[in-house]
Amino acid sequence: MFTATDTFSNADALAFRPSYDGGKRAAARVKAKGKVSVTDTAKRIEWTAQLAAVRDRQDQAAFAEIFSHFAPRVKAFLMKSGSSPSFAEECTQEVMATLWRKSHMFDGTKASVSTWIFTIARNRKIDMIRKDRRPEPEDLPWGPEAEPDQADVLALTEETELLGRALATLPEKQRNLIERAYFGDLSHSEIAAETGLPLGTIKSRIRLALDRLRHAMS
Amino acid sequence: MKPINHHLNDTLLMGYATGNLPEAFNLVVATHISLCDECRARMHSFDAIGGALVDRAESAVLDKGSLAATMALIADDTWQAPVMEHPAQPGVFPAPLRDYAGGDLDNVKWRRVGGGVSQAILKTSGKATVRLLKIPGGVAVPDHGHSGMELTLVLQGAFRDETDRFGAGDIEVADDDMVHTPVAEPGQDCICLAATDAPLRFSGFLPRMAQKVMRI
Repeated sequence: MFTATDTFSNADALAFRPSYDGGKRAAARVKAKGKVSVTDTAKRIEWTAQLAAVRDRQDQAAFAEIFSHFAPRVKAFLMKSGSSPSFAEECTQEVMATLWRKSHMFDGTKASVSTWIFTIARNRKIDMIRKDRRPEPEDLPWGPEAEPDQADVLALTEETELLGRALATLPEKQRNLIERAYFGDLSHSEIAAETGLPLGTIKSRIRLALDRLRHAMS
Repeated sequence: MKPINHHLNDTLLMGYATGNLPEAFNLVVATHISLCDECRARMHSFDAIGGALVDRAESAVLDKGSLAATMALIADDTWQAPVMEHPAQPGVFPAPLRDYAGGDLDNVKWRRVGGGVSQAILKTSGKATVRLLKIPGGVAVPDHGHSGMELTLVLQGAFRDETDRFGAGDIEVADDDMVHTPVAEPGQDCICLAATDAPLRFSGFLPRMAQKVMRI
């Protein structure tokens, strides 16, 4: 069973700040070889750190790491949604460029880096393939005085990790249905929203972070 | 934020997260989420499934020089990320609705459709349609059934129908077996944002005539 104690102690969680330290963390990953859960979570937290490095210092090396992991996956996602390889390539480059340009908008208490990349890719898909406008909810009033709480970021990272694992262990038929919904060939009347995935805990985490934000803003 | 009792269902939230809703429904969903933190958190959890899928997806082979081409795109100052920004503003309409209505409630160009009810159709692509409705206090919207799904989001005032009371921020999701008669509560005009993916069926002859004129 994957729990917080398998990966980071609470002290570690509170001490964590999204700073990018180049190769050091990668070295730690090698040491932790064999403990897959440690590696996976460390990697996901690193994406947050690398995105912060892009946001704060326009760090090209950090961006290149995010790119090499996510760009091939975004391209695969777009191709599965029906794009030709050349069109998917073009969209992927735009998605990754948007990630750079909007890095100041990223909020780790509401989405992991992979989730955020998914939403950018999805919006690009709607924009370019369906030619529809996509109305987005109003932005929440983030200010510089309301920096996301890093314990919230870590908690959401772990919940997202659990969700990924649950997805991997779903019966194939059910996972296929979810993939078809997300890769875009199911209409809303065909969607079976009963996923069998543990969304309640993720929702509660985000809800808590939203409540804190509202409280800080009032 | 006002207390909200009627929320989006999972099918709509997942449809929104996957990008499978018609534009008219997307607008109602985005407007409700702007008013409702509970549904905002649920939306993010459905987005997280997409994140997990992308993270675990197999990789496609990138073109040679893909990263360099992306860096060139970033360096090109004339290129703008095609994503809308939506700051909150005081008023009745949340930001996504303002984009479609051309401003807040005061800017709406109403057309009377009979019985004291007014509407303004908002332009969206696809078969589903979305409109703003203004129903004076105490007035009923004609008895109607649905051949598809109808979403009705209250923005101001309140209405009641056979099922419950719906106040500001509440959304009613009606499917094809529902026949209802929403009545605006006495007092302030009830302003709703309503979307359908199929024409409504009105019960009487006169409303059916009116339907042709009203495009509802």
